[in-house]
Amino acid sequence: MESALIGWSRAQFAMTAAYHWLFVPLTLGLGLIMAVMETLYVTKKDEFWKKTAKFWQKIFGINFAVGIATGIILEFEFGTNWSNYSWFVGDIFGAPLAIEGIFAFFMEATFMAVMYFGWKKVSKGFHLASTWLTASGAAISALWILVANSWMQHPVGMEFNPDTVRNEMVDFWAVVTNPVAVSKFFHAVTCGWEVGGVFVVGISCWYLLKKREVRFARKSILVGSLVGIIGTFAVMFTGDSSAVHVARYQPMKLAAVEGLENGGPRAGFSFIPGVEVPGMLSILATHDIDGIVPGINDILNGYTDNEGNVIPSAGEKMEKGDIALAAFQDYRRLRDTDPEAAAQAKAVLDENIEYFGYGYIDSPEELIPPTGILFWAFRLMIGFGSICLLVMVIALYLERKNRIEGKNWLYHTALASIPLIYLAGQFGWMTAEVGRQPWTIQDLLPLKAAVSSIDHTAVITTFVIFAAVFLFFLIIEIKILAKAIRKGPGIDETLNQ
Amino acid sequence: MKPFRQILKSIGALYVEGFRGMTWGRTMWILILLKLFILFAILRIFFFRPVLGGKTDAEKSEFVGTMLTSPSHNDTITLKH
Repeated sequence: MESALIGWSRAQFAMTAAYHWLFVPLTLGLGLIMAVMETLYVTKKDEFWKKTAKFWQKIFGINFAVGIATGIILEFEFGTNWSNYSWFVGDIFGAPLAIEGIFAFFMEATFMAVMYFGWKKVSKGFHLASTWLTASGAAISALWILVANSWMQHPVGMEFNPDTVRNEMVDFWAVVTNPVAVSKFFHAVTCGWEVGGVFVVGISCWYLLKKREVRFARKSILVGSLVGIIGTFAVMFTGDSSAVHVARYQPMKLAAVEGLENGGPRAGFSFIPGVEVPGMLSILATHDIDGIVPGINDILNGYTDNEGNVIPSAGEKMEKGDIALAAFQDYRRLRDTDPEAAAQAKAVLDENIEYFGYGYIDSPEELIPPTGILFWAFRLMIGFGSICLLVMVIALYLERKNRIEGKNWLYHTALASIPLIYLAGQFGWMTAEVGRQPWTIQDLLPLKAAVSSIDHTAVITTFVIFAAVFLFFLIIEIKILAKAIRKGPGIDETLNQ
Repeated sequence: MKPFRQILKSIGALYVEGFRGMTWGRTMWILILLKLFILFAILRIFFFRPVLGGKTDAEKSEFVGTMLTSPSHNDTITLKH
């Protein structure tokens, strides 16, 4: 059973990450939408598009201001609650985060200033470039964070140094071009486009419901739904490649998401319990209906994968983990007194290092993440995302057919879609992160070894403080956003019509 | 081409006049500063002291190495050998 210390440390990290993810996707999506709108202003020379872009830039700014620095709290938690982990990951984690801080953040800060202050100071072209660079800076920030996260899901490009007890980067490009990072980056960014699209369509429908800012709302629906629909299809495409990577590198996560106890070829996918499409899971995971998808029991007992590799059982991995951990202890004990014996111990450690974390696993059952949470989180992510896609397609169709006015049912549905798309994003991260339990770093470091040896009541205290601070800022953001939206863009309806 | 000093002056003016002319942005800056104060002046100092803070790299390696291999120092792990 998980200790109170691990439970509270996980809860605090999950709460902080979930809170951070409330702001990031809207920054990513709204960034693109406002850039497209400003491009329309520059190309069409229509003041209406300038005012429209400026309104959404204001909303972008409010969201950015409240979201800013929420990610820094995660770094506090690494140092205090997860100190073993923080040291063990070494420069693998530090390098991408440093690049994010120096390059992407300053890029955003510089060009955002031009975007907000430079309307009358710089040329139209330079201003437009600054808006695009602000939007791109947000995506580049996300890239480095996701590179760090993906390394935990599929560690590559490093070597463990038993002297420093750190993983040292030996191949920067292997870390950056980690296939998990590539698909996760595009999946997260395009998810942001969907969030941005749903948000803009929902808020625009509110104006139509109130019979205000009609031209602004209809044109915003046009741009927002197009970005959102393209984003959603890209989310599906990148989600498909994510599934293939999960099947290859984290098969237990996939088996747990499907609740698949015994796998094999032609594995079925159930949309809800009892409604199963035969062979669909094999197609999703391997792009081949005859592809083998191992179930939970197969992974625990050992199996042969699609390339013919024999994958050891959990018991065998645990034995190799014990050997690796014992060799690590021997190396530390002998390195100053008996260099030859220490070298032998290091050779044994290197041979078994890929199973290092299994040395901390007490029973194979510990390797199974919570299947119920994963099963429903994954399906709710897909379900809510699909509802939002449908709403955007209907809104776009009615707008193009000039039949969108007076459709109160659509306005209410579009507004209700805003919380749904946020929930879809949260469920997506829940699937990714709960699914890799018990690992902080896949196969190398489980939670129990990663957590700091501190008093769990201290973690409870900071959890409560964070919950209160987060709630305070969230209420303020929603109030400021609501005020800005109620005030509206104030566009003259006859402007350049 | 503008001389370098003139470019710097223009950049400075962009920021100074931009901040001076802010309307809703003022509220957002107050919010950002308040948040940064809570994070760095309260939470970071009083509640989030890094466990490895104040140690040299060698001491950090030794400390974490012990934490990863010694259940007597770290009660969240058990070792089977």
